[in-house]
Amino acid sequence: MPELKGDKGFITVLLAEDGPADRMLLATLVARLGHRVLTAANGLEAVALFEQERPQLVLMDALMPVMDGFEAARRIKRLAGEELVPIIFLTSLSEGEALVQSIEAGGDDFLSKPYNPLILEAKIKAMNRLRRLQATVLEQRDLIARHNGHLLTEQRVAKAVFDKITHSGCLGAANIRYLQSPYALFNGDLLLAAYKPSGEMHVLLGDFTGHGLPAAIGAMPVADAFYSMTARGYSPSEILCELNAKLKRILPVGMFCCATLLSVDTQRRLLEVWNGGLPAGYLRRVADGHYVELASRHLPLGVLENDAFDTSCDVHPLAVGDRVLLLSDGVLEVSNATGETFGEERLRTLLRECDEPARLFAQIQNALADFHGEAHDDASMLEILVSDEPISALPMQEYGKSWLISSQDWSASFEFRAQTLKSFNPLPFLLQLLMEVRGLRPRSGELYTVLAELYSNALEHGVMGLDSALKQDAAGFSEYYRQRDQRLSELDAGFVRFHLQIVPNGEGGRLLLRVEDSGEGFAVAEELARQQSPTSLGGRGMRLICRLADECTWDEDGRGVSVEFCWNAGA
Amino acid sequence: MSEHLDSAILSSLQEIMGEEYPVLLDTFLADSEERVRLLREALGQSDAQALRQAAHSFKGSCSNMGAPLLAGLCRLLEEAGRRGQLDGCEAQLEHLERELAIVRIMFRSERQRFVIGRS
Repeated sequence: MPELKGDKGFITVLLAEDGPADRMLLATLVARLGHRVLTAANGLEAVALFEQERPQLVLMDALMPVMDGFEAARRIKRLAGEELVPIIFLTSLSEGEALVQSIEAGGDDFLSKPYNPLILEAKIKAMNRLRRLQATVLEQRDLIARHNGHLLTEQRVAKAVFDKITHSGCLGAANIRYLQSPYALFNGDLLLAAYKPSGEMHVLLGDFTGHGLPAAIGAMPVADAFYSMTARGYSPSEILCELNAKLKRILPVGMFCCATLLSVDTQRRLLEVWNGGLPAGYLRRVADGHYVELASRHLPLGVLENDAFDTSCDVHPLAVGDRVLLLSDGVLEVSNATGETFGEERLRTLLRECDEPARLFAQIQNALADFHGEAHDDASMLEILVSDEPISALPMQEYGKSWLISSQDWSASFEFRAQTLKSFNPLPFLLQLLMEVRGLRPRSGELYTVLAELYSNALEHGVMGLDSALKQDAAGFSEYYRQRDQRLSELDAGFVRFHLQIVPNGEGGRLLLRVEDSGEGFAVAEELARQQSPTSLGGRGMRLICRLADECTWDEDGRGVSVEFCWNAGA
Repeated sequence: MSEHLDSAILSSLQEIMGEEYPVLLDTFLADSEERVRLLREALGQSDAQALRQAAHSFKGSCSNMGAPLLAGLCRLLEEAGRRGQLDGCEAQLEHLERELAIVRIMFRSERQRFVIGRS
């Protein structure tokens, strides 16, 4: 009888009472209130009627033959399950013991004899309200459970998609250790690492404002841009520009991404750091055990328009055995039972007192767990050990088919002039062009490194006339990069030229690459001799170029250089 | 009306039951025979628990039907049953039967009055 579900306040009431006169009287009273009445003369009948008719409320005499009211109440409550079926015991209030017994059997209220029609009506109303409240609570609980189920499914799907995007990363590299919850994405934490074609490692630790899906949404385009640009050889500054512009465009006002971007160059032993809004990271020098703070000097990503956005990185020299440590706000905000946070001071003390750097990461992890009392999953942390291990496998970019793949006989020249050099990095463009030649693909890393060295020599020492001798010590390093930024921004003349020539050679072929610049040149022979010194830091990377290319010759005046890469059939 | 029946409760019952009022009175009277039989049986077997339960149930009915003296006598038997002190219960049960006889007569005339009043 669906129309009796109590929508209008009318319900079905089960009345169990062994006295026929009492039963008759009470049944009449309840019926006069508009409810449907079912009557039973004992507990057993009452339970059977309940199963059959599912009434919404029960009036139950305590003492009845066959089965008493207490046992019947217990069975009815069991049958009702989560639904609230109020049971009002019909008993005299004078008996404390019986009252306790009826409460224990699941009774919700009492009605004493002689029955008072007004009190009966009020009690049925009150119980009915309670019953509907319970039904609403159950409905909402089920609704919440359903929504939560949906949400978890969506998070699983989102995470699966995200994992595909991040799959190309190199967080699994032997020299990286990191701590991150599997669902950090939904805490707004993002940790990415990838190699450039030239072998530098880019690492991005990001922390979006907020939690849940809104915080996760920005992670997708960031990861996508980070990986594709790193794979194409873009510099940290260029990647930062792209990420900032993207986030500024897509994130609502008030949402942004605190981030640190690292470029770890183990060949040239250089660390570039850009920190916008994250807690300071640390570079631990193996030489003296001192820490260099990698503090935030910028606003987070997604706050400023690109023309006001500063992408300049701090540059530090690296040595094998140095360690770089990055951490998210979550690490410092881990709190203990009394609400105190872990904080920067505790971390600094830990760093200072660490006498076994290989265990530093684990020590911080343990300290956090001890402090919090249990494992904490809202914190991201990463450590990179600078090593001279060769990188095992660099990611290969997939390129579409084009006419160049089969064509093995062409040449092209480019001249990049001052206004272009200020803002445009021609290397990704050139590398992509050269990767159209199938025979060169297996050597993309070497090719990129050589291109990058030649280009920075041409631009920095040639066009801008910077002195490579500055880079002999750490202080000079900073000075060098300060001057570089300044001169680049003031550049108004000069050029760098690239001549590319692909020459077929039987089934294989050769790339002839020539780079020229507008600078004053340098004493090639002298410089070559000086760079034989194994302790030389920085310099023009001439030894590296000679090692990677098959041929390489500098013009005597130092204004031009020619290198050659060869490949055989089947490569 | 009298000390035997509470006129306020009776008029309330009449109000509630309407046409069915005489049926309620008949039902009570028929049931009360059964109740007294149960009380006698319990006392005959010296079953204090059964006496207590039967007296308790009957007490409820009596109070609903506006028979305070009858309900009071039930309460005495119920308490005797609870205490397990059945001495003197025989006299009380006889007292209860006398009171019930009076109530029966009064209910019959009440029934008479109601039917005449309606016709």
